[in-house]
Amino acid sequence: MSQATVDTAPLKRQKRNRVLLQLTCIAVSLFMLIPIYLISLAALSSRESLNAFPLSLLPTSFSFETLNAFLGSTGVFGALGNSLIVGVGTLLLSALIGVPAGYALARFAFPGKEPYQLFLLFARALPIVVLSVPLARLFLTVDIYDTTYAVILLHTALALPTTILISASVFLGVPHDVEEAARVFGCSPFGAFMRVVMPMALPGIAAASIFTFVMSWNEVLGASILTLDHRTLPAQVLTSLADSPLAYRFAGGFALVIPSIIFIAFMRRYLTNMWGSTIR
Amino acid sequence: MADISISNLIKTYPGGTERATDDVSLHIADGSFTVLLGPSGCGKTTLLRMLAGLELPDSGSISIGGRDVTYLPPNKRNISMVFQSYAVFPHRSVRYNIGFGLQMAKVAKEQIDKKVQWAADLLQLTPYLDRLPAQLSGGQRQRVAVARAIVVDADVLLMDEPLSNLDALLRLNFRSELKKIVQDLGTTTVYVTHDQSEALSLGDQVAVMRKGRIAQLGDPLDVYDAPSDRFVGGFIGSPPMNFVDAAVTPDGELVVGDQRLMAPSLLQSFGNHSIVLGVRAENVSVAKERASGHIAATVLVVEPMGSTILLTVDVEGQTLKVQAPPSFRTAPHQTIWLGFSPNTMRFYDRETSMALEAN
Ligand SMILES: Nc1ncnc2c1ncn2[C@@H]1O[C@H](COP(=O)(O)OP(=O)(O)OP(=O)(O)O)[C@@H](O)[C@H]1O
Ligand SMILES: [Mg+2]
Repeated sequence: MSQATVDTAPLKRQKRNRVLLQLTCIAVSLFMLIPIYLISLAALSSRESLNAFPLSLLPTSFSFETLNAFLGSTGVFGALGNSLIVGVGTLLLSALIGVPAGYALARFAFPGKEPYQLFLLFARALPIVVLSVPLARLFLTVDIYDTTYAVILLHTALALPTTILISASVFLGVPHDVEEAARVFGCSPFGAFMRVVMPMALPGIAAASIFTFVMSWNEVLGASILTLDHRTLPAQVLTSLADSPLAYRFAGGFALVIPSIIFIAFMRRYLTNMWGSTIR
Repeated sequence: MADISISNLIKTYPGGTERATDDVSLHIADGSFTVLLGPSGCGKTTLLRMLAGLELPDSGSISIGGRDVTYLPPNKRNISMVFQSYAVFPHRSVRYNIGFGLQMAKVAKEQIDKKVQWAADLLQLTPYLDRLPAQLSGGQRQRVAVARAIVVDADVLLMDEPLSNLDALLRLNFRSELKKIVQDLGTTTVYVTHDQSEALSLGDQVAVMRKGRIAQLGDPLDVYDAPSDRFVGGFIGSPPMNFVDAAVTPDGELVVGDQRLMAPSLLQSFGNHSIVLGVRAENVSVAKERASGHIAATVLVVEPMGSTILLTVDVEGQTLKVQAPPSFRTAPHQTIWLGFSPNTMRFYDRETSMALEAN
């Protein structure tokens, strides 16, 4: 057969599609990155340069002045700490409850399994305000109102449905036979879970944790209702936003974005390619 | 090391309508090698999993070494197993996989290393010890599963089709290798396969299963030579046993269609019965010339197999497979003569398909 008769159109189409895919990825990334870049730029510029016109899009006047002022203002440092405590606390508590629940959903048939799964989602169906007000009353009576515990409990309730459903699907992906093999070779049920199932499920659990942490970090409504003096960072920024200078707002935005980005970057390595057979 | 006693084991899976094992009773002697053989879906894996404690029977009992283990969890049974699906731990190296059972048994580190090395050498896995299972071929993964099972010092070794994923040559090599390993270990072994040549070559004892029941239990040669019913004869052997409808005349002669055969004396007691004659391809002699006691057959297909020629022939409207020596020259449509020796003929009841015993 001669060279001329080969139809190379599919090959060209494949190449073109690849280029299009790359371009789309770049566009989506820019859509996400540009606001982060702008906010970082503003937060790390001096106060005067923010008022200059036209605004420079390159970091010309680098300074920590704005950020320092923000961190130095009353309550911000404590709020940052509260946010971290609440985020990590929520993550731990929801993993402690949600991961075993997900395992049970994945491995055992029990009466009421379907309604249970549906019921789980109810917590998310209610608006946070509707949830928070009765909770505030309840927390007042048991005397944990205005503590990080209160916010942790609320956030855990909010995070549990996703934690449970994500970990259930993760455990479904772990073949049952390796667990049985562990049992045969001498593990107790718990031992088999810890030695074999958990390591294999870790990437998925990490994904669920990221989700939980970021949710907790960003949740503002419930946190504002349940606390007065022990605000999380978003709640703190929100209350003082209206009557603060522009520079404060930029610095606040920056402080809100960066920790969750760092957290995601850290957890990311658990997500990809843990044991050579996940998606590369 | 221990013997295994299984009695009246019944298991129906939740939601299932048929029994996966139906009243199975079996005794497996200490240190012996028992093969469970049967077509797909006959309950071999189910029986093995009940021995392992991974599946609980509805009724009946299992004891290992005199100890009742029917409802004991797997980790309390001191067993070892090769899974049909391998079930190697994908997140750990081959080395860790093989040493897993020893580590659970809290064996000393040097001892584990030594045994892992021994098993890896035996199963030709040494170059892959530090790889993850995902980086191995299917056959290599299966060998990891075998290695993991043979390193531990268990009372009972359970193997579910451990050679199914090896190529023909490797399988043949490993078959003899495995036989040697298991003999050296001296562990009581239960081995599941649907490959009849594996069953015949490995087993001290073969249990042929069908629809959850044991159809025949016995020495491999007996099972091959004297199948207890038509199912077993048709399942074991390649080609499977021939079954020919025949009749016994009132005076004890055997007739196929209009042709008479030399009948063994046991048939005397079945005078005037319709029966089924079972005979293996290699036990039929072929000739081009008529001889006394031979019956005529028409050749349908000639298949040279190398060491023999496999002939498909027609006898009075019934099809048979017979083996001829490689020097035998024939062609379709020719008439040849078949000879049957009385002591290789087996007889079955037409209704029940069970072997007829002389009485
Ligand atoms: N988990 C299960 N749930 C319901 N039915 C099952 C289950 N496992 C097996 N069965 C049924 O039980 C019967 C016996 O299955 P089993 O796995 O023991 O067959 P097998 O002899 O090992 O077959 P193969 O040679 O194909 O592995 C089959 O009819 C099968 O459909
Ligand atoms: Mg099976």
